[in-house]
Amino acid sequence: MIIRGRARKFGDNIDTDTITSGSLLHLATEELAQHAFEPIAPDFAKSVREGDIIIGGNNFGCGSSREQATAVVKQLGIRYVVAESMARIYMRNCVALGLYPVISKGVSGLFAEGNEIEIDFEKGEVRNPKTGEKAAFEPLSGGSLEIVNAGGILATLKKRMGK
Amino acid sequence: MTIAEKILARASGRKKVEPGNYVTAKIDMAMMPDAFRLIRPLLKQAGIPESEFKLWDPDRVVIVTDHRVPAFDVVNARAQKLARDLARSLGVKHFYDIFAGVCHQVMVEKGHVLPGQLIVGADSHTTTYGALNVASTGIGASEMAYVLGTGELWFMVPETIKFDIQGHLSPMVTSKDVILHIAGKYSTEVAQYKAIEWTGSAVDEMSIDARLTMGNMSVELGAKFGIFRADEKTIAYLKKRTDKPIEPVDPDPDAVYAHTYTIDASKLEPQIALPHNVGNVKGVSEVGDIPIDQAVIASCCHGRIEDLETAARIVKGKKIPKTVRFFVAPASWEQYKEALDKGIISTLVDAGVMVGNPSCGFCTGYQGVLAEGESCVAATPRNFRGRMGSPDSRIYLASAATVAASALRGKIVDPREVN
Ligand code: SF4
Repeated sequence: MIIRGRARKFGDNIDTDTITSGSLLHLATEELAQHAFEPIAPDFAKSVREGDIIIGGNNFGCGSSREQATAVVKQLGIRYVVAESMARIYMRNCVALGLYPVISKGVSGLFAEGNEIEIDFEKGEVRNPKTGEKAAFEPLSGGSLEIVNAGGILATLKKRMGK
Repeated sequence: MTIAEKILARASGRKKVEPGNYVTAKIDMAMMPDAFRLIRPLLKQAGIPESEFKLWDPDRVVIVTDHRVPAFDVVNARAQKLARDLARSLGVKHFYDIFAGVCHQVMVEKGHVLPGQLIVGADSHTTTYGALNVASTGIGASEMAYVLGTGELWFMVPETIKFDIQGHLSPMVTSKDVILHIAGKYSTEVAQYKAIEWTGSAVDEMSIDARLTMGNMSVELGAKFGIFRADEKTIAYLKKRTDKPIEPVDPDPDAVYAHTYTIDASKLEPQIALPHNVGNVKGVSEVGDIPIDQAVIASCCHGRIEDLETAARIVKGKKIPKTVRFFVAPASWEQYKEALDKGIISTLVDAGVMVGNPSCGFCTGYQGVLAEGESCVAATPRNFRGRMGSPDSRIYLASAATVAASALRGKIVDPREVN
């Protein structure tokens, strides 16, 4: 499978307070999503398109366990979050909500904001089709892949309860 | 196997596990703070009828309302009401309403945590319980809903790294300074996805309070778990809190560590993390004059009796300058009561400290909010931009000793200069 999308680029150490401020957590996800990344990219929610792909730097999503910081990204139509490295809980939350986390060293330097990205899941490569540059990643496997494929951990729970 | 590997092997019913293995593990305890209220909308969204959703084991679920207590607006009051309703309708046995304290402190002091357990919490600082020889880690709300319903969760077995803290800490240099030093020297990703084992003479000498601070901040190094061995201090601490059997887990002699970092505690001076990252660390003597408007000792990272005692010793008989707001919140009602009984609270109040109720308030900007341009020196675990108020305010992280001394001087100082 190959996925294509538009790069939305972020730097290192983007923390969960930056993605969704603690002071807004009482809002419903639809509304909260309008404030995603507001402190560093105030126009993000307005300019995002279905199918965009996040390209983060090191330690993307560090900080709190708040799932809202992942839910807003999903709400905005993003399905793949690519980063040099990702905070552990943020990665788990991606899987839990059915988003695909792609951890790929060196990926950040391959793209400028708005560039086209290709993610090749067979080869385990993230590519910039324009420059031909690429970075490798380890595709998900085991329990985490099953959950992403099911559309998230609550879909898995529902199936299990139905048995 | 390392401690983390042994715990995951036991919890997943295997003889042996290795880093990189995916396992489905049985959870010993599940803890959820205020985010508990999200369970109902999450179930609804997933099309799971609440009437069919049962807690897998009501004895293994702990819910604590701690983040914004008591409610300070209608939105919060409503959220707390929802949590109470939900706890009742799901039959939560261990539901701690606003009269207990910060969730992690409540977990350890109410005897919900035992060596060798695998614990998940819907809060990143769930790593705290590692101080009691536990593999504990933070997860999100959807994963927690899954755990509450099934008692299971998937894990990838992490590599274990060892931090061997040799030598002895000097007076006024604490476990907080050790962990800040590590974050500064090796980065806040040194333990990303990994389990830490904390060892060495300086660790052996630490109190349980001091170890809880390091277990807590293990997540600030990226760690999945931050585990200590159980010694006689651990056992004495637990015996006061539970009648259940205590079965420590030690690493095997041939356990494999991805890396061992050796640190000489004797050489450490008090450390400070500058805004806006826990890894932005310097020695206090290197930072020059940084005036402060506010000082805070609170949270699940601090706010225990040892920290409160240290603060009281430093400010005893002195006055906090009028230019500084010094807030202290004990981590729990138990700590609060002990501090009252020991006269710590009156020493603090006499010096001009404002003592708040046990809660997350001062740590996360619901109380003592910072205005634009203000600076706060804080014994809390995180200094992200805007965490305590305006995005243009500044948080400096330090030990309780450094915070109390700095509050007295109105600027960041080495606590050894003040005593
Ligand atoms: S005290 Fe601070 S770090 Fe601890 S649980 Fe509360 S908000 Fe989180």
